[in-house]
Amino acid sequence: MDASSSVSHAAHDHHDTAHEHHELGFFRKYVFSTDHKVIGLQYLITGLIFLFLGFCLMMLMRWQLAYPGKELPVIGNLIGRMLGPGSMNNGVMTPEFYNSLGAMHGTIMIFLGIVPVAFAAFGNFVVPLQIGAPDMTFPKVNMASYQAFFVGGMIMLISFFVPGGAAKGGWTSYTPLADIADKGPGYDVIFNGQTLWLIGFILLITSSLLGAINFIATIIQLRAKGMTWMRLPFFVWAQFVTAFLLLLAFPPLESAIVMQLMDRVAGTSFFLPTGLVVNGTAVSISGGGSPLLWQHLFWFLGHPEVYVLILPGMGIVAEVIANNTRKPLWGYKSLVLAALVLGFLSFIVWAHHMWLTGMGTAVSAFFQTTTMIISIPSVIILSAFFISLWGGSIRFTVPMLFATAFLPMFGIGGLTGIPLAFNSADLYLHDTYYVIAHFHYIVAPGTIFAVFAGIYYWFPKATGRKMNDFWGKVHFWPSLICMNAIFLPMFLQGMLGMHRRWYDGGEGWTLASEKVWGLSGFHWNLPISIAAWTMGVAQIPFIINFFWSIRHGQKVGINPWEATTLEWTAPSPPPHGNFLTPPVAYRGPYEYSLPGRAKDFTMQTEPVEPNERAPHEPAMSLSH
Amino acid sequence: MEIPYTVTARPDTGLWNAKVGIWLFLASEVMLFGGLFSAYIFLRLDAEPGYWPHGLLNVPVGTGNTAILIASSVTVVLAWAALKMRQFTRYKIYMGITILCGVAFLVVKLAYEWPQKFEHFGAYIKPSALEKYEPYLGNKHLLSEGLPPRVEITGHLHNHEALHDASIKDYEVGLDPIYTDPTNPKMDRPHFLYVPPTEKIAHIDKADVDRATMFLPTHNTYFATYFTITGLHGLHVLGGVIVFTYLWLPFGSRLYRQNPEHLANRVEVAGLFWHFVDLVWIFVFPLFYLL
Repeated sequence: MDASSSVSHAAHDHHDTAHEHHELGFFRKYVFSTDHKVIGLQYLITGLIFLFLGFCLMMLMRWQLAYPGKELPVIGNLIGRMLGPGSMNNGVMTPEFYNSLGAMHGTIMIFLGIVPVAFAAFGNFVVPLQIGAPDMTFPKVNMASYQAFFVGGMIMLISFFVPGGAAKGGWTSYTPLADIADKGPGYDVIFNGQTLWLIGFILLITSSLLGAINFIATIIQLRAKGMTWMRLPFFVWAQFVTAFLLLLAFPPLESAIVMQLMDRVAGTSFFLPTGLVVNGTAVSISGGGSPLLWQHLFWFLGHPEVYVLILPGMGIVAEVIANNTRKPLWGYKSLVLAALVLGFLSFIVWAHHMWLTGMGTAVSAFFQTTTMIISIPSVIILSAFFISLWGGSIRFTVPMLFATAFLPMFGIGGLTGIPLAFNSADLYLHDTYYVIAHFHYIVAPGTIFAVFAGIYYWFPKATGRKMNDFWGKVHFWPSLICMNAIFLPMFLQGMLGMHRRWYDGGEGWTLASEKVWGLSGFHWNLPISIAAWTMGVAQIPFIINFFWSIRHGQKVGINPWEATTLEWTAPSPPPHGNFLTPPVAYRGPYEYSLPGRAKDFTMQTEPVEPNERAPHEPAMSLSH
Repeated sequence: MEIPYTVTARPDTGLWNAKVGIWLFLASEVMLFGGLFSAYIFLRLDAEPGYWPHGLLNVPVGTGNTAILIASSVTVVLAWAALKMRQFTRYKIYMGITILCGVAFLVVKLAYEWPQKFEHFGAYIKPSALEKYEPYLGNKHLLSEGLPPRVEITGHLHNHEALHDASIKDYEVGLDPIYTDPTNPKMDRPHFLYVPPTEKIAHIDKADVDRATMFLPTHNTYFATYFTITGLHGLHVLGGVIVFTYLWLPFGSRLYRQNPEHLANRVEVAGLFWHFVDLVWIFVFPLFYLL
């Protein structure tokens, strides 16, 4: 039976009936929608805008690093006029504004960019389709989740415009600094950068909590008939584990944020130690609090958050690789198990972010050990992807280009993390550009490339049209080169001792370091900045391609990539309720190149034929 | 396609959707309060000897509130059982009692317990001046018993204006019983029954005081944690009451007529949340009132 043609026939019938039944107004359909696909796209568009905005903040910082204290032409004065002289004084960046940009770059990129796009957008759009569900279990909760995210994001943005500007305490908001920042004369009690950061954060946490509950409940309850756990695509597994991380790791941070809010607004001393002196005067507080408590609660979220950022990316890459190598994903069971172990272990490694706090050797030994162990599942996942490429007749489509690039980039990011896991090596590398390079290799050319792969891959499902291939490649190659040109030199800068929060880019430090090593990383600042700005330009083809293709892209059928999973049996774009008849899964997710078949892909909905061997999970041998 | 398993259970998981949802939500709630309780442990272990107060809360009132919450957890189950047996009037009665219990808990908390704290006063004595206030503190006795020292004098503040007026040089405090007879263990905290401040007045020189405020969140980390955790818990009680009231009002009757099982499910889910709120209180009560 040819599943694809029968489904597309039915699609037409359904479209006609759908029009008769419910004609939703613009607001109900696109703004206050409860449809998981619309919410997914809302998340995608909003998240991409925030990603670009976060990148713009970084491009501004790169000016200050490349040309410390020099006037930024045109834009500098514009920003100065918009945000006041406290930001760009006569076009020259103030240290406070630099700190705001740094803190907000981190916050926006992680919590308003990557998480909404990689987790919420793809999860919302793809997961129900892949498991054969009509929608998420709780559509209204889903809508509330997006709205909480949106309002939280707006509060973060508004904080740029309040007196004193946005939060300056770094994305980690370490106390006691963050407790006492943006306070005093000239600052509002509520409408100041740090307090708005906290309030915005509570909304973002609420949003991901609602999202996480929805995802897990959907995957448990709404799998189609025959969609057993080991027939789930790896992407669904990745989202499942991610949702658990968000569900359980975010609330302790929420409690910490409530406490910091109490410290700032009600005058408590949760994170303020006894005898705290600020600017030479003792602060009138009860004291008795612990700055370390904040760090523990923050990193209890902070480390699982790393896997929240990378796991959805891994899921996307798994789908794209299986589809474009035309063979089953190698080691499906190991991948699933590795993702589960990764999720569990990510809860007991957090203190490796705190080596400098002097926790003592026993605690350090424990967290070094767990940190070493967590590299095992990561390596399993990456190895399985690499081996999947082996012997495949690879189609280098645009999504596959991004997915292939993900592998070495994530590899570099992961391997350079190992020195940081040891507390002796970290004492030296802590808070240097080495750390910056390490985690950006994971998140930027790692997750963001996976996100691009996912956008190019599922775009035909969302719109019925393909994005342009040529411009996709024009987007890919410069992005890949620029990513490396930005982050590779940072390893060198970091190993030469350049601190990540220096507002002058290490101008003052460079003399000393030249004396000590005869070297300085300072001269790398300009090339890195040029690469960053070039990468900004390199995103223009993507932006144009994305919006142009929605209306003018090449029209394609419901399964343009000849993929096997359930979302490709639904019409493109899928109607409300997704499937015309409830789908049934008869086999595993990656049945490519089954021997003795006319086509090189067998969809999950195709029943097992009598002469076929028993429905099997993806093979685990190399010789496929 | 419609969303399945909204009311009836999925055969292989044995659960309807909302039940999965509420258990996941409760898991995250455990982590939320877990974060706050771990802060309590962290701060308490970090506190200097004598700086973590004991027995400042009203134990009988707390016990009463505990009883109210536990009773409401029973009545909400009875309300659910009544719905399962399709006895709508009984459901209305039991749910009404549950709502009343929730409201009573909040009233006791907000109209009695918190204000009583706001009217209580404490002054931390500078270490150098502890000797001067020995007749109130009895630290020599405590030292010989191997107990942590007292560093704070608490009671009823007679001259409230002293808090703001720099020209007033001392605090006039109607002492709590223990400071009138500091070596007598019978006078020491915690008392099971609430003992009001005595008429015996102590004058505490402002120059001898590190920090003196009413029992507000700013007073010390104990009260900071107390007000934050009970405040957040109170918000949860309020949330529960609102949901119960929604299910109790005409909306409940309408849903009952359409699909009684659906209403029973909703009550079950709301009840699970209510039990959790109850459980949090079971931790709050000993941590703050008894230990």
